[in-house]
Amino acid sequence: MTDITKDALSPPRSFLSQDAIQLFYRLLAVFLICAALAMLNDSFLSLGNILNVLRQASLTFFIASGLTLVVLTAGLDLSVGANVALSACVAGTVIHTTGSPTLGILTGLACGGIVGLLNGVMVTALRIPSFIATYGMLWVLNGLTYWYMAGETLHGFPAGFRQIGSGYLFGLPIPVYLLLVFLGIGTLFAQRTIWGQEIYAIGANPVAARLSGIPVARRLLLVYAVSGTMAGLASIIFLSRLNSAEADIGESLTLPAIAAVLIGGTSLFGGVGTVFGTFIGALILTLVLNGMNLLSVSANWQPLVTGIIVILAVWLDMKTRRRT
Amino acid sequence: MSTALQMAPAPNEVTATPLLELRGISKEFPGVKALDDVSFALYPGEVHMLLGENGAGKSSLMKVLCGAYKADAGEFFHKGEKVTITSTADAQKLGIAVIFQEFSLVPYLDIAQNIFLGREPKGRIPGTIDRRKILADAKRLLDMIGFDIDPSVIVNTLGVAQQQMVEIAKAISQNARILVMDEPTAALSDRETELLFALIARLKADGVSIVYISHRMAEVFSLGDRITVLRDGRRIDGVRPADVTPDQLVRMMVGRTVDMTYPRNFADKPGELLLQVKGLTSSSGISDINIEVRRGEIVGLCGLVGSGRSEVARAIFGADPTTSGEIIFDGKPISGEPDVAARRGIALIPESRKSEGLALLRSVGDNLVVSALRKLFPSGLFDPRSGQRTADGLIRQLRIATPSARQTVGLLSGGNQQKVVIGKWLAAGAKLFIFDEPTRGIDVGAKSEIFALIDRLVAEGAAALMISSEQVEICHVCDRAYVMREGRVAGHLARNELTEENIVRLGMHHA
Repeated sequence: MTDITKDALSPPRSFLSQDAIQLFYRLLAVFLICAALAMLNDSFLSLGNILNVLRQASLTFFIASGLTLVVLTAGLDLSVGANVALSACVAGTVIHTTGSPTLGILTGLACGGIVGLLNGVMVTALRIPSFIATYGMLWVLNGLTYWYMAGETLHGFPAGFRQIGSGYLFGLPIPVYLLLVFLGIGTLFAQRTIWGQEIYAIGANPVAARLSGIPVARRLLLVYAVSGTMAGLASIIFLSRLNSAEADIGESLTLPAIAAVLIGGTSLFGGVGTVFGTFIGALILTLVLNGMNLLSVSANWQPLVTGIIVILAVWLDMKTRRRT
Repeated sequence: MSTALQMAPAPNEVTATPLLELRGISKEFPGVKALDDVSFALYPGEVHMLLGENGAGKSSLMKVLCGAYKADAGEFFHKGEKVTITSTADAQKLGIAVIFQEFSLVPYLDIAQNIFLGREPKGRIPGTIDRRKILADAKRLLDMIGFDIDPSVIVNTLGVAQQQMVEIAKAISQNARILVMDEPTAALSDRETELLFALIARLKADGVSIVYISHRMAEVFSLGDRITVLRDGRRIDGVRPADVTPDQLVRMMVGRTVDMTYPRNFADKPGELLLQVKGLTSSSGISDINIEVRRGEIVGLCGLVGSGRSEVARAIFGADPTTSGEIIFDGKPISGEPDVAARRGIALIPESRKSEGLALLRSVGDNLVVSALRKLFPSGLFDPRSGQRTADGLIRQLRIATPSARQTVGLLSGGNQQKVVIGKWLAAGAKLFIFDEPTRGIDVGAKSEIFALIDRLVAEGAAALMISSEQVEICHVCDRAYVMREGRVAGHLARNELTEENIVRLGMHHA
């Protein structure tokens, strides 16, 4: 036993893991933001407002949760917003022509999933960097959607279908239930399945992962397909909530989703992050924007504030996360 | 031997002082004495061959010579005057230039721009470059070395031999009087080699001295004026080609008495056939590889660095695509990506542990179970606690020095990191372990632990294919060995033939 380094034998720096510490900071941030807003504005703590915040956060979360898996593999999916738009328009058309919401939902999910799968094929089989592959896909999807919709708007869906986005169950908005379900599924998938473990391993070192016997290409295909399918799910919620579909509904979705992932502590370099962190990220983002609305701060300031939060969050992560 | 081969003074040695002389050069790295009191004299207009095994100190000496390394001790003399070389600029001022194996040319600039990079003649308008003068000067230089090509050709369209010519032209343009060439013919065809040799003859006639590192015996004898042999960082001898035979040189390169012993319990008779490689050829440069490994055996795969050893390992593991041939593992053919090989029971412990073997920022435990996930959790559901128990068991079994399975693996020492890489394949239940330089960068104590572990593995019915540049290790540990040369298996050595001399003899180029 000559082969011992001092560093390896020094006791762990803390009883908590790095992930736990970063989660604690994020929950603290949520608490502080809530406390500040409650003091500044009486209506913040009203049930209606809190449910509104959760519903808003859930829309960001659906897109961001799938994106989290992509980012965990050190990739990026820039096509999620455009995917939501196309899937919503396709699903809307199916509902209008067949009258069947179920068929529409399935088509929306399938459309999103197929787009994701195509992204995955470009990244694995064609070896195009994900940033570029999905950026190109963004334009292709926009082009398809604009051509398909030709400036038209789809609206007026069956009441039952509209319940998904705007209905309530036991006093809670239905999207909030969906949020809890997918938060649970996402967390279990990432933390408690071997596929999830392999995704973390791929993000941490793709070469070592391949030489450790992980089928890297198949896992990446899965991850991009999941990201696309989650965009498909988001498209259904949007369609149902807005009761209409236009070609441009996806344009303001991608960047906030990436912001939620980053604020949530997932590293763009891969291998570090959690789906729960992304939920907190979406929550922080929504709370701040909600607070600004309540305080009558001009909406023009919102992008600036979002940018500052993203930079701050990543910077604090880098400071607290010890580099080896 | 050194008395028998005492050098007769060469004609130019009587009259001329050495162009460059190194006396008593030592260079130490943590744990390794790369150069130990090495002296070396280079006379004007000679080709001085530098010979030695992998790790003998040739590259270190070359780097000291060109100022990339600063020697810990020793003196330099240039034309009899004492000088210092502590930087590449110092070396350049003395006219020393190195032609590396990996070229340092800028791929998207043309030949002329590369030759004069950073020294471009200024144009009339301030801030511009006199393009016409660059092209004319470059053309003149290229003519001088007998390289007939348009200097405005972009470098990345050139072949290896042509890029080498550009490197040489660049060196000459910097008034280099001493050229250091590191295996310059390694990537050249016969025809290109001839052209290079003609150029070397011309440079010699101009009084340029050449330090030439080679593994090819034929070159050493046809080209060299003198030969310096290094071994384990020490200068063993300086001889003239006329005074030695290739066999004597090989003995000088390896002839060391070894007092290391590694634990190994050789089995009386080998077990059943586990791996059979038939005529394997891949685009990574190996061709017609035939290898067999039986259970209970440690089979060595030796040869010089670059002879295709790692490429064979990668091809068997599915990491490089093969173009023809067959791999039969455990009675059934195997092909595909590494995940297929891993599932069938093949393990690769790669040479670069940090970049290919481990996820350095993840924990010891995560790294230990990563290859065994499917085996440990057949349902697909991962149980962190059960994973932790497996990791703890491996940490105890392999005596990995870590405070816990949660420690970041990048913080462990090299030996312990290597144990983690081996451990992940133990967890996966591998049957064939392919080790690529398993003891690189590992201290002596950890080395014998690793070998004890490999011995135990094969005693329990696994098999090992071991690549190593440490021929001592191969000779001590392996049941038998294949020796590779230029992408092919050059020979097979049974246990009783397994000596360092035989390995070097098979691995060198005699043609």
